[in-house]
Amino acid sequence: MGYSLHFDAVWSNFHSLLSGLAIGLVMALFSLIAGTVIGLLGAFISRGSVAGKWLVGFYVMLIRNLPLLVIVLLLYFALPQLGIRLDKYKSFVWALSLYSGAYLIEVFRGGLSSVPAGQVEAARAIGLTRLQTNLYVIMPIMLRNVLPSLSNTFIGIFKDSSIAAAIAIPELTFEARRINTNTFRVVETWLIVSCMYVVTCSAMSFVLQRIERRFPKF
Amino acid sequence: MDAFLNQLWIARWPLLDGLITTLQISIVAIVIGTIIGVLVGVQLTYGSYFSRMPFRLYVEIMRGTPVLVSVLAAFYIPSVMGLSLTAKMAGILALSLFAGAHIAELTRGSLQAIPVGQIEAGRSIGLTFKQIVVNVLFPQALRSALPPWINTGVELIKGSSLLSLIGVAELLLNTQEVIGRNFMAIQFYVFSGVIYLVINIALDQTARIFDRR
Repeated sequence: MGYSLHFDAVWSNFHSLLSGLAIGLVMALFSLIAGTVIGLLGAFISRGSVAGKWLVGFYVMLIRNLPLLVIVLLLYFALPQLGIRLDKYKSFVWALSLYSGAYLIEVFRGGLSSVPAGQVEAARAIGLTRLQTNLYVIMPIMLRNVLPSLSNTFIGIFKDSSIAAAIAIPELTFEARRINTNTFRVVETWLIVSCMYVVTCSAMSFVLQRIERRFPKF
Repeated sequence: MDAFLNQLWIARWPLLDGLITTLQISIVAIVIGTIIGVLVGVQLTYGSYFSRMPFRLYVEIMRGTPVLVSVLAAFYIPSVMGLSLTAKMAGILALSLFAGAHIAELTRGSLQAIPVGQIEAGRSIGLTFKQIVVNVLFPQALRSALPPWINTGVELIKGSSLLSLIGVAELLLNTQEVIGRNFMAIQFYVFSGVIYLVINIALDQTARIFDRR
């Protein structure tokens, strides 16, 4: 063996790991917001008409069965061929949004079907319009019901942000690989980085569970 | 289009090789992952608190870290430990451990969904614990575990694309090399995307058929 652990080399680079973690979290947050927009639109469109349902189903099937890395590379390396040139952060956040959007459509679709029919009928009975019913009755109930899956998706998006390393975005995994090749402290680097991911994910799920508890369940 | 078909014909062998490697890696990983997952899952369901701890730790670590980090760790760490793994073996190791953690969780879920009465009934007719697990619990757990198990296969095929980053000549890396020669980025990324789609949709539909039963 002859390998002894020396964490100094990694600690002296710890600030770049932290900034990498921050980049990953920010990209995940932006993707969650854009993905939620895609998810809500998709869920309502697929409820609207048969054609809409077919179209949204096609999108979900397409995205869910493609590796995220293929989508990322397609957006970053292939789109310039069509004259669309995005910087790497933008193209990655777009890729992650499209990817998580497909998963969020499923989440919101499930949420919509979990809204009790009586609530919708009651809203119609007191004379709310379709839009008002959607906005004031269906949306709040649905959002509360999907909160647990939403937080799981957010954690998933954060983990998927590691794939940004493939197009040289300096997030946590990329920085870890850089420290790994610069210092050769292989075991220490990956140990610390894994711990950082696990701790961040656990902390996120703890905070999100706390938030869920503050809202009453329907 | 003609130019693309021409280039596709030139690139047919590397792409086919890549596809075979992708399938090979995914199949080996799901086999090893299933063995790990079922053993760990049974332990997580029926083990004592202390015997569950190390397995819980393994599952939590694998579920809390991105697959890419496991892949890179499996690629770099064994060499300093004095083990020499090829990139492909390291990738299979990482994907198997990833699949193992997922399958352990879904094994636990399906086992816990079985009513306790089934275990009690098995015990009362004098079966040993091993017999109960094999003859009473597994056949019942299989029904609910099969669709998500097939979906783990989809995740593995998608995850195997990450091995291109450690230099395993699977479908995506070979596609990138082909693009490096002919600069037809859109055509060839879309082409390999379609291949992934076809395989995964086929698996997904199979899962749905089992889900309906």
